[in-house]
Amino acid sequence: MTLIFPKESLAVFPKHLSPDYRSTVKRSPSKPLIIVPHTLSELTGPVYGHNAVQEGDADLTKQHKGEPLGERIIVHGHVLDEDKRPVPDTLVEIWQANACGRYVHNVDQHPTPLDPNFTGAGRTITDKKGYYRFITVKPGAYPWGNHHNAWRPNHIHFSVFGHSFLSRLVTQMYFPGDPLFPFDPIFNSVTDEKSRQRMISTFDLENTIPDWALCFRFDIVLRGREATPQDTDKH
Amino acid sequence: MSEITPSQTVGPFFAYGLAPHSRCDWKPSDIYDWKETAGANLVTPDISGTKIRIEGAVLDGDGMPINDAMIEIWQADAQGRYAHPADGRARPNTKFMGFGRSATDKNGVYSFDTVKPGSVSGPNGKAQAPHIVFCIFSRGMLRQIYTRLYFSDEASNANDPILTLVPADRRGTLVAHKEMRGDMPVYRFDIRVQGENETVFFDI
Repeated sequence: MTLIFPKESLAVFPKHLSPDYRSTVKRSPSKPLIIVPHTLSELTGPVYGHNAVQEGDADLTKQHKGEPLGERIIVHGHVLDEDKRPVPDTLVEIWQANACGRYVHNVDQHPTPLDPNFTGAGRTITDKKGYYRFITVKPGAYPWGNHHNAWRPNHIHFSVFGHSFLSRLVTQMYFPGDPLFPFDPIFNSVTDEKSRQRMISTFDLENTIPDWALCFRFDIVLRGREATPQDTDKH
Repeated sequence: MSEITPSQTVGPFFAYGLAPHSRCDWKPSDIYDWKETAGANLVTPDISGTKIRIEGAVLDGDGMPINDAMIEIWQADAQGRYAHPADGRARPNTKFMGFGRSATDKNGVYSFDTVKPGSVSGPNGKAQAPHIVFCIFSRGMLRQIYTRLYFSDEASNANDPILTLVPADRRGTLVAHKEMRGDMPVYRFDIRVQGENETVFFDI
């Protein structure tokens, strides 16, 4: 399978400079990016064995002596390429705030409690069908200094590798119906409405476990498609 | 329009999950045993080639250090072979992955210990000079930016098919300068995200 990575697909990504998110102002390239062909150096990328991931790394509720506080949830889905084929054996890493909206990172000084039973980091490797599954608690919303009364919508950070260094993706998964969406410059840095919707997980009643945990589905589509265009691309 | 999942910023708090044992100081306590999936030391016991260190600072448009960046590198081994199925050649360094990850410290400094990569094949069968692909993530970056490190002691830079596509007056931003620290070659590679002497980033 030879994959290509058309740059056009990146049109859905945020612009480097999105001034409503203030930190982009000094941290975005100001000169034009140089267009170069994809070589073996870009078309390859890290391949993970299972040695980096240990049994239990995907369950963020079992990393300490007791269970974390908060709403226990299952987050699962498939990692796919642009042709919607599964991306198997790829590393998926997540990190998140606790149920109060506080990260364990020492820079986070939001005055809500840390949870001694919750770190908020997890990882797994997708199976042959590109499937992954985490158990965690729903992260809280939290304030940040971008503008007056700025709050981030509830989100889980995702890091995914895929077939090459060009398919590398860091993104955030949001929860359906969040009232903070209209006010968040990071979420809205993706200007295309349909593309924004793809960052929002869907409530998955079917896979909710009765008397135990709600479930959310989040499918991730990475760059990379077969060189031969499919018929569906022609109209 | 493409249906890929859009990128979002890595944010300021990734270190405890993605780079727990890296240079940055994130810890609320010393009690944390989260193993790294990838760290800043790429050297494996079976490695052949010249061991090198790569160091640099990541700077913003005001020249201030970016103390919450994550740098990922991807490189071939000393024989110019990538640990990936798309590079079908047999690899003598079977444990060398060629992938590293370093978070920056309070001075914006990252570092890697690795081996100097060999030349790899490029477009139209033309060899590429030894280089390392860099991918940079940070708070304030809504998507990653890619660049390349080339080595100051490589004459083949002059004919590299990628480097020659860069305007001549900006090529120098991609060249890491060698100094010896004892027996260890150290290549200095600062990344200026914006402004004067802005590092060349690639539209790939």
